[in-house]
Amino acid sequence: MSRLLLSLFAAALLAPGAAIADDRACTVLLGGTVHAPEGPRDDLVVVILGDRIADARPTVDELQFGDGADAARFRGKHDCAVLKLDEGAVVTTGLVTVGGQLGLVEVGMEGGTRTSDAGGDPIRTSHDVADSYNPRSSVIPVTRIAGITSAIIEPTGGWFPGQAAWVDLAGGSQEETVVRRGVYLPTGFGSASRGEGLGKLAELLDDARTHLRDPRALDSNRSRPYVASRLDLEALQPVLRGEAPLVVGANRAADVEALIRFAADEEIRIVIRGGAEAWLHADALADAGIAILLNPYVYGPGGFDQIEARPDNAAILADAGVDVIISTGSAHFARNLRQLAGNAVRGGMDHTAAVRAITSNPARVFGQTDRGEIARGAVANVVVWSGDPLELSTAVVHLWIGGEPVELRSRQTELFEHYRELPGTPVPGLEVPDSL
Amino acid sequence: MRTLVPILTAVGALIAAPATAGDQADAEAEAAPAPRSLADLEAPGLRPVEPTAQEPTPLVVFTNAHVWTAAGDDWERGWIVLQDGLIHSLGEGDAPTIPDARVVDATGHWITPGLIDTHSHLGVYAAPSGKAHGDGNEASAPTTPGVWAEHSLNPQDPGIQRAVAGGVTAMQVLPGSANLIGGRGVVVQMVPHRGSRAMRFPGAPETVKMACGENPKRVYGGRGGAPSTRMGNLRATRQAFHAAAEALVALQEWEEQAGGGDDGGKKKRKKKKGGDDAPKPPARSLDTETLMGVLRGEILPQVHCYRADDMISMLQVADEFGFSIRSFHHALEAYKIRDLLADREVASSTWADWWGFKLEAYDGIPHNAALLTEAGARAIIHSDSHIGIQRLNQEAGKALHTGLQAGIDLSEEDALKWVTLNPAWALGIDHLTGSLEVGKRADVVVWDGHPFSVYSSARLVFVAGVLRHDAEQEQTWGDFQVGQEVTP
Repeated sequence: MSRLLLSLFAAALLAPGAAIADDRACTVLLGGTVHAPEGPRDDLVVVILGDRIADARPTVDELQFGDGADAARFRGKHDCAVLKLDEGAVVTTGLVTVGGQLGLVEVGMEGGTRTSDAGGDPIRTSHDVADSYNPRSSVIPVTRIAGITSAIIEPTGGWFPGQAAWVDLAGGSQEETVVRRGVYLPTGFGSASRGEGLGKLAELLDDARTHLRDPRALDSNRSRPYVASRLDLEALQPVLRGEAPLVVGANRAADVEALIRFAADEEIRIVIRGGAEAWLHADALADAGIAILLNPYVYGPGGFDQIEARPDNAAILADAGVDVIISTGSAHFARNLRQLAGNAVRGGMDHTAAVRAITSNPARVFGQTDRGEIARGAVANVVVWSGDPLELSTAVVHLWIGGEPVELRSRQTELFEHYRELPGTPVPGLEVPDSL
Repeated sequence: MRTLVPILTAVGALIAAPATAGDQADAEAEAAPAPRSLADLEAPGLRPVEPTAQEPTPLVVFTNAHVWTAAGDDWERGWIVLQDGLIHSLGEGDAPTIPDARVVDATGHWITPGLIDTHSHLGVYAAPSGKAHGDGNEASAPTTPGVWAEHSLNPQDPGIQRAVAGGVTAMQVLPGSANLIGGRGVVVQMVPHRGSRAMRFPGAPETVKMACGENPKRVYGGRGGAPSTRMGNLRATRQAFHAAAEALVALQEWEEQAGGGDDGGKKKRKKKKGGDDAPKPPARSLDTETLMGVLRGEILPQVHCYRADDMISMLQVADEFGFSIRSFHHALEAYKIRDLLADREVASSTWADWWGFKLEAYDGIPHNAALLTEAGARAIIHSDSHIGIQRLNQEAGKALHTGLQAGIDLSEEDALKWVTLNPAWALGIDHLTGSLEVGKRADVVVWDGHPFSVYSSARLVFVAGVLRHDAEQEQTWGDFQVGQEVTP
C-alpha cells in the first residue's frame, strides 16, 4: 500500500464523520403506510442504517437510486437494499409488551422454571430482575415473531418484588439484550385496607428520603429504625427523583382516586395497572399525568372491584388525554398484544391511539426515548406488516430488532415443521455407517 | 292428552319435550307405571320445575346480508327467514315476499349460525368472583361421575349475557379438571331462566367430563393421596369403568326382566307389569349410572387431555371398555396424532394459541386446529374462559390465518365450523343447530362486519328464534348488575 493511501486511510479513521470504512447494513423501505410520530403516513421513506433508523421522511435527499430499483446509495457511501413493500403493507416500530415475565419463566406452573421471584422479604426494591433474564428462553422467539421487539419484564412476589427492566428481544446475552434496568417498581396496596397500605408506602418513602439525606447515619447507628434495608431504601432514589414510576395495581374507582391523591402528596410518579374502573376518573388522571396500563378484555362485572368495567374504558381514557398502555401482562400470551389493541378499537378507541398504546406510549411513559417511534435516530426496532397491524388476518412480513433482521422462526414453527408430515415421531431409524 | 310414556324412553327426549304446567298436571293425574329401565328411574328427577313456555318468536326476514351458512354456502347477497324459532328458508339474491314478516335490510352485515362453546365454566364459577362461587370442582374424590354441573350452574352469572353478546347461542358447562371423572356436563342454550334446568338445550344428550394428565395427580398427589402419577390416573379411571361395567350387567338383566331393555320391551317380559312380583331394580348409584351411560353410548365423554401420549392412553381405555370419546378438550398436542383422531372420529376442542402455562402445554402450537382440519379430523375452538367465550369468532380467525399463512390447506368455512357445526357435533346437537339450514333452530348471529375481523361485533343474536342480544338495546340478565348504579 502506498504511503499516500495509508495516510488517507489513517485520516479517514481519525476524522469524525469522514468517509471511513463502514459496513453497517442499510435497508430502505419504500411504500406502505408508516406509523410516524404524527400518525400514519403513506409518503415516507424509511432508511435503516446499522442499529438505527437513519431517516424517515417523504424525500431523503441523501438517497440515490440506481438503475435497478432494488438498490440505493445512502449519503454517498452506504449501499442499501431497497424493499418495495406490497400495497397495503404497514410499517410500525416494534411492539412493546409491558409487565410480564418474558425470559423469567419457561412454564407457568413449574416453579423451577421461574426466576422472577426473589422470595423472602415483602420489600425487595433492590432486586434487579435483569440479572435473572434468560435471553435464550424459548418464549422469546414465539413472542417476537408476533411483532413484539421489546419487553419490560418485572419481578414477582412480595409487596415490592423489585425493579423492572427493558429488554430488546434479539440477542443471546444479557449484555446485548438488557437495555435499561430500574425502569419501574411494581407494587400494590399490599393490604386489604388501602389506608394501611398507603400509610406503609408513605412510611417507606419517608425512610428512603431520610436515609438518602444522610446515608452515613445508618452506618454510625444514628438513624431511627427503617422499615427496609439500606439497599432497598437506596433503590427507591429514582422513584423519589421522579425518574422511575411505581406501577400500582388498582381496579376500583376509589382505589384509583386514592392513588391520584397519594402520588400528588408524595410527589412521585405512578402508573396504575388494571384500572377497570379508571374511566370514572379519566379527567383527574389526565390532569395528574398518570398513565394507565390496562387489558381491554373485560369480563364485565366480574367482581366487586370492577362492577363498572366497560369495553370502552381505553377509549374514554385516551380521549381524555390519559396515556394508555395496553398489555397482556403475560409472557406466553404476550403475542396477543395487537389483538388486545384491536379490541380496544372495537370498544371505541381511535386506531392510531391504540397503535401508540402498544408502541410509543410504553416507551415514553417509561422513559425509553430512543425507542417506540419510526423516527430519525431511533433504535431500528421495525416491523413490516402485511396490513393493519391490529387485524387478525395480518402477518408479520419483516422484522428488525436493533437493525438486525430477525428470522420468523420459533420453537413452535419448528414443531409445526417437524409434524408437517405424520408421523413426526417416531423418527425413522438411522443408516448404519460404512466405516467407523 | 299427551302421555309421558313414549317420551320417557330417552333422557334427551324428555328434556326436549316442552313441559308445560298442563303436561305436568296430566302426568301426575295418570298413575305412574312401574319403571322398566334406568331412564324410567331417572325421569321424575329430570322433569323441570320451572316451566319453559315458548316465548313468541318473530317472523323475520333479513335481506341483502352476507349469509354464511357453515353448510357449504357463502352468499355475498343473501336472505334468511326465521319463523317459529326455526330457519324457515334462506337463499341467495332477492328475498321472496313473506306476508306479515318483519323485513330487515342487513346490508353490510354478515349472518352466521350462532357460536357454540364446548368448554365453559360460566355459572359454575360465577361472577362476582369469590370463594362462595367456586362450584366447579367437586375435589373431594378423584372420581365423582355422579355430580352434575347443572347443579352448580348459577344462571345469574353476568358472564352468560356477555357470552351471548359475543354471538354464543349454546354452550357446554363442565365441571373442572381436578377429577379424573369430574361429573356430568350440561349443554345449555343461552336463555335466561331462574334455574339451570330450564336452560338445558332441548334434545341435547348428556355429557361427562373426564380428565387426564397433570391436574388430577397434582390435586390428589399434593394431598399425599392417589392418584399422584399418570399411571395412578389411569388405574383409577379404569377401576371406575370396571365397576360400572359389572353394574351394567346387573342393570341390563333387570331391564330385560322388567321389559325396558334395549329391545324396547318387545321381548316377552318374564314378570307382569306392576304388582309385588315385579322385579326389583338394582340399587341406585349416581356415580355408576353416569359411567353406565357412557358404556351404553348415551353419555358423550368430553375428555380434558393435553399431551398426545395421554390422549392415546385414554383412547386405549375407551377401547378397553368399548366406548367412544366424543371430544378431547384442550388437546394441545392433537396435531401429533391427527391421523388417529381422524380415523376414530374424535373431535378436538382446543384454543387458537394457548400454551406454556403448564408442562403438558409446552408443545402447543397455533397451527393445531388447522392441521387437524387438513387431516380430516374435527377441530373445535373452545374457550374455557369467561373472557374467551366473548370473542370465539376472533379466536377462530386467528387460528385460521395462522394456518393459511403456514400454507395449510384450509378454508374460511372450515374455521367457521370450528365454532359452529363442529362443536354442535361434539355435543350431539348438530342435527338441531350449528349451521344455517332449513328446519334447524334459528340460532343466528347478525354481525356488523366479517366475523373473523377483530373489529366486528355481534349486532343481533337469536336463540331459537328469540332475539336475545341487540347491541343497541339495553337489557340485564344477571341480577348482580341490577341497581349497582344507584349508590352515587
